[in-house]
Amino acid sequence: MAWFGLGDRSFKGGVHPPDQKALTRDLPLEQMPDPELLLLPLQQHLGRPAVPLVKKGDWVRQGQLLADAADGISAVVRASRAGTITAIRAGGTTAGFPGSMLVLQPGPPPPSAEGEEPRETSPVSLPPLDPATVTASDVVSRVRDAGIVGQGGAAFPAAVKLAPPKDTRLDLLIVNGCECEPYLTRDFRLMVERPAALVEGAALAARTLGVARVVIGIENNKPAAVTALRAAGAAPERPAWTGGISIEILPLQTKYPQGAEKMLIEAATGRRVPPGGLPMAVGAAIQNVGTILAIRDAVVDGQVQTDAVLTVSGRGIVRPANLRVPVGTPIADVIAFCGGLRDDVARVVVGGPMMGIAQHDLAAPVVKACSGILALTRAELGPESEPGSCVRCGRCAEACPINLVPSRLARLSELGRYEDARDWGIEVCMECGTCAFACPSHVPLVQWLRLGKQQVRLLARRAS
Amino acid sequence: MEPTLIPALLTMSGLGALLAGGLAFADRKLRVEEDERIGEVLGVLPGANCGGCGLAGCQDFAVKVVAGEKDVNGCPVGGPDVAAEIARILGVEAGDSIRLVARVHCRGGNGLAQVKASYAGPASCSAKALVSGGDKACLYGCLGGGDCVEACQFDAIFMDEQGLPQVMDVLCTGCGACVKACPRDIIELHPETHELFVFCRNRDDPRTARKVCAVACIGCAICAKKSNGAISMKDNLAVIDYARLDPGIIPIERCSTKAIGFLRPPEPAREAGTASGTGATQGEAAL
Repeated sequence: MAWFGLGDRSFKGGVHPPDQKALTRDLPLEQMPDPELLLLPLQQHLGRPAVPLVKKGDWVRQGQLLADAADGISAVVRASRAGTITAIRAGGTTAGFPGSMLVLQPGPPPPSAEGEEPRETSPVSLPPLDPATVTASDVVSRVRDAGIVGQGGAAFPAAVKLAPPKDTRLDLLIVNGCECEPYLTRDFRLMVERPAALVEGAALAARTLGVARVVIGIENNKPAAVTALRAAGAAPERPAWTGGISIEILPLQTKYPQGAEKMLIEAATGRRVPPGGLPMAVGAAIQNVGTILAIRDAVVDGQVQTDAVLTVSGRGIVRPANLRVPVGTPIADVIAFCGGLRDDVARVVVGGPMMGIAQHDLAAPVVKACSGILALTRAELGPESEPGSCVRCGRCAEACPINLVPSRLARLSELGRYEDARDWGIEVCMECGTCAFACPSHVPLVQWLRLGKQQVRLLARRAS
Repeated sequence: MEPTLIPALLTMSGLGALLAGGLAFADRKLRVEEDERIGEVLGVLPGANCGGCGLAGCQDFAVKVVAGEKDVNGCPVGGPDVAAEIARILGVEAGDSIRLVARVHCRGGNGLAQVKASYAGPASCSAKALVSGGDKACLYGCLGGGDCVEACQFDAIFMDEQGLPQVMDVLCTGCGACVKACPRDIIELHPETHELFVFCRNRDDPRTARKVCAVACIGCAICAKKSNGAISMKDNLAVIDYARLDPGIIPIERCSTKAIGFLRPPEPAREAGTASGTGATQGEAAL
């Protein structure tokens, strides 16, 4: 406990899955070549799907706006490469459900007809803005134009989080560099490869939000990132305009789910976000490392988000790597670029092993917020065992970072007692999987909890 | 008489008189006028409290039906017999109530529907549907988890060897609990007179539909063309308008996937027009 100088801070509960980051920790980010086909889902973010602006047969420039944001919470979709739109169709996504997507075949434009003006073929870029003088509203509209979504997992449109409601009082920005999911090392690579840009981006986001304090939280299994950011965050290294903003690098205990936003806020500030509340309720804004860099690149360099940064790992892949992948690349192509799957692979998961989604169709594309592709062998998944009965050991309740009683909630959900489950707080569960990991009986707690949450939502909808 | 008994007797008689008076007063003053017909109606109702009428239970239904807020044939479980009884109690016309039975609109059982992944977890259909839409490649078909079996209070549904639910007509009361329990909305209540069904809810494009299931409706519209307007195509799926349907003219033998068809093969006996008692005989035939 940091308060007694005995170690780094953390939160109550949590588990310690083997972190497995050594597989890819020391591999620099590399650029994956363009695939033959890009699939761009209209929904790569939380909220409503984007509305397509192009039609079949159009040739588009890299970065060109393909689909506009819908009303409410939504985000634009831009072309990750130049090419021809060959179809707009339904297709499988990494979320497991089909969605509407644009099919883009990368390639040069068709020859322009006689008398027609030569076509502009260079990538679309937005005019760079000077971070020292740019206004908050310009930053927000730039982030919206660039189509940036949160890189932490939920893919929440970043512009919405940068423009909190008028009456909120914020006093700090927390940058999430925890990367508590095992295997994933993309945030770590970004932190060690671009520390100065990250510090600049964090200062920019802080100024946009009107706060003067930034805390960058990093789990203590990434000392290189702490060192790199401390050096870059030291005052003489920083651009002059960031002078008024204090930037603190805070090492935290390595514990899952340290990177969950509420757990990170608790560890960094001691404040607890009320159940069902947002971080702004305790005066904090929180952004992932990848999001901060994307915001910085959009403002300072005028870049739109065309590539996803992700980790390809697991013992089922021939060549683990940290990659920049054009958004829309089918997972199968990424796996092929990494040497393909080994024979003993048992499962391909998109995201981290704790919260990621097992894939049944490798044609599904990489989306903007994709953090990793894991090919896991049977040995890594653990023995295949039938779910047993709850033995009332209470480990799930001890491990739950938000003080729920997962065993009770799962049972209520199993019995269809959804009102009771609601009264026991099932709605605030974030499905981090900590309880299921801790369960010695292999009870599928998260699945029951997800079912319960869905049914409670249905109850509420029926009641209204 | 023992002198000690007198105060005791007096106290007890006095107390008795006082309490009796209190009860008499309460009976007068606090009386709740209840329509005695509510009790009678409650007596003829099945008493399963299944909620099939859409109300909280049989008591609630009895109150509402006596108050005239609910039709006398509003209890699907009781059917026409109970409706007639209630009508007699209330002194109104029962009207015709056609018995409703649950019908499953999916025949994509084991071996016919493609399986896209192996599923590990709770067997409940609702839980399956949350994980990438379940283990079947078809996102509209039966998940085989038996949520409907679980929901049926009357034990009228069982899972057959194909992994599909079968409804036993004799036991089905048409309460609709299975309809609500099914996350895929493939169970519907139909008058028992309906014989022709589209046993599919797949709204994928024809290529995908054919890929995911051998008995999917692929939206070819052959049945619709010859139906005199009784069958229309909606989102690649044939939809039957029973009010206009003449089952005899539908070329069901031309349906390449056999997605449209009769619930059970037509029996020669029924063509002779035996209307009575079909519920039981058909039900047994379904077994």
